[in-house]
Amino acid sequence: MSIELRQVSKQFGDVRAVEDVSFTVQEGELVALLGPSGGGKTTVLRMIAGLETPTGGDLFIRGQRVNDVSVQQRNIGFVFQGYALFKTMTVHENIAFGLKIKKWKRADIAARVQELLKLFGLDGLGSRYPHQLSGGQRQRVAIARALAPKPSVLLLDEPFGAVDAKIRQELREWLVRLHHDLNVTTIFVTHDQEEALEVSNRIVIFSRGRLEQIGTPREVYEKPSNEFVARFIGVLNVLELKVQDGQSRLGELSFPAHGVPEGNTLRIGFRPYAVQISANLGEYRYRGTLKHIFFLGVLLRLELETPSGLTLRARIIKEEFNRLGISEGDEISFQIREYRVLSREGDALTQETSVAQLVSLAEGI
Amino acid sequence: MAGSAASRLTRTTRSQRGTEELPWVRRVLIGIAVAFASLFLVLPLANVFLQAFSKGVAHYFGALADPDTQSAVLLTLTIALIAVPLNVFFGVVAAWLISKFDFTGKALLLTLIDLPFSVSPVVSGLIYIVLFGLQGYFGEWLLDHNLKIIFAIPGITLATMFVTFPFVARELIPIMQAQGSDQEEAALTLGASGWQTFFKVTLPSVKWGLIYGVILCNARAMGEFGAVSVVSGHITGQTDTLPLRVDKLYHEYNQAAAFSVASVLALLALVTLGIKTWLEHRQTADFARAQSDPSAE
Repeated sequence: MSIELRQVSKQFGDVRAVEDVSFTVQEGELVALLGPSGGGKTTVLRMIAGLETPTGGDLFIRGQRVNDVSVQQRNIGFVFQGYALFKTMTVHENIAFGLKIKKWKRADIAARVQELLKLFGLDGLGSRYPHQLSGGQRQRVAIARALAPKPSVLLLDEPFGAVDAKIRQELREWLVRLHHDLNVTTIFVTHDQEEALEVSNRIVIFSRGRLEQIGTPREVYEKPSNEFVARFIGVLNVLELKVQDGQSRLGELSFPAHGVPEGNTLRIGFRPYAVQISANLGEYRYRGTLKHIFFLGVLLRLELETPSGLTLRARIIKEEFNRLGISEGDEISFQIREYRVLSREGDALTQETSVAQLVSLAEGI
Repeated sequence: MAGSAASRLTRTTRSQRGTEELPWVRRVLIGIAVAFASLFLVLPLANVFLQAFSKGVAHYFGALADPDTQSAVLLTLTIALIAVPLNVFFGVVAAWLISKFDFTGKALLLTLIDLPFSVSPVVSGLIYIVLFGLQGYFGEWLLDHNLKIIFAIPGITLATMFVTFPFVARELIPIMQAQGSDQEEAALTLGASGWQTFFKVTLPSVKWGLIYGVILCNARAMGEFGAVSVVSGHITGQTDTLPLRVDKLYHEYNQAAAFSVASVLALLALVTLGIKTWLEHRQTADFARAQSDPSAE
């Protein structure tokens, strides 16, 4: 079932929570709404559900305009951030709630609840109350309750926010499998870029109420449409260079001028994985010192410092690191395999930056 | 009295260690507390029952069987039966408005709900005399239409309702505010109408708080003296409630009868206390269960 937003806006008093957002979700997709908090993603989700009314634009579900259709009639399943289980009801009663409201036959309700308990690994927990469940179990009950009346779309607000790291990983994998098995159109909100990249078919990125980019995880990671997206999805080294003698320079680093006139500035960005390192000082064009090594499991994050004092972030896999046989404080040589031009002087984005040549906003790998 | 469920709960779960006093200090403090409670609470209460039975069991039940006393019991029950359900209704509506919606004048409404607590009951009664009494704003109009409010059941009911208004709302507001509207929104997304949401989700989740509020409201409705005294007119056998009846019997130097009737009110208070303690115990048990369940995170 397709969902379409056309120039949808939402204003709370003087605050523009969502501005002019348009995108389409196709039948059976698993889409992530990603952005920093206050980005407007939860408001978009709540508008799709009918819990908020857009102040502008049109919202279509399956081709039908639903701006004025009540939440009860939209046939959606909604999973709340804190799960919002009915605490005075058992697991069984929670899951059966929507079916009773829709006046299903008693036998059908019992069968459907049993089916869901089994599917969600909640066998034998039907008579428990929400406070007797673990965080992961509560979340599964919340999803089972939302799915019980067979909604045409499943909406989840920060579904993995309230559980610890290990369970979160399990739940992510479980959600992907569940989506694969049920094939129900699913939209979830997250502020965790890693989660969005791992779980979804497509990612819609928001910042300050505006849609920044929509694309597959690979697209938004490899071809970010602007600096915000590039920085938000993964780590980005950002350099601001001055063009001199036909080259843009910063310290010992130099790049082509990319058509920027003499004396003006150029901003470029590159991913940590684009930095290639060698223990052989003669192998690559730049020299640097290995300042810090952060062990992240299969990957390692390295911090390099060039002789002129620039700090860069690099990332290599463990095998590569072992092969290099380097340790903190060692001299190395490096090169930058690929980079992107972020902005040229005169573009709106260009800012004056003096000493801080490296800016890395997003934390992570 | 109007403390939220949460504050009652923390009292029982808070750790005592580190703040413990020396044994003798503790004993002295406990001794003072016990002596104080005995002198001012237990002794007078025991005295009520002693005095009530001072002329024997027969006299005790005789005093209760007196037609005027019977009429006072009936009137008190009638007033409570009207005032409590109405205040439950208004209290729930007010609590729901305040905890689930944002609107201008919300602070004013909260203050108004507290007004009966801060105003002397005598003033509460006088308000209605000024409004509906013979010399009051609506006095003549009421007389013309042959309606009696002051010195009649409607007046007593109004005064009682005014005095007992805050109990239900005050008990529900903190509970409802703590719960937010997530559960209600979940019910809506599952297709429930506003009414279904209210009766199946909102009301059950505040059940204990509501019962607690009703019990306090009822105890006060049956026990109110000041406001009722002003508007009742003290017509024996007609507009005397139980507390007024006790007062009247006492002033008629019928001490044993006065204490017999008073013992009924005292019993009512004891039953209320018992139910209140049981409810608090239930809430605490629910809370403790939620906290200590091994399968929970």
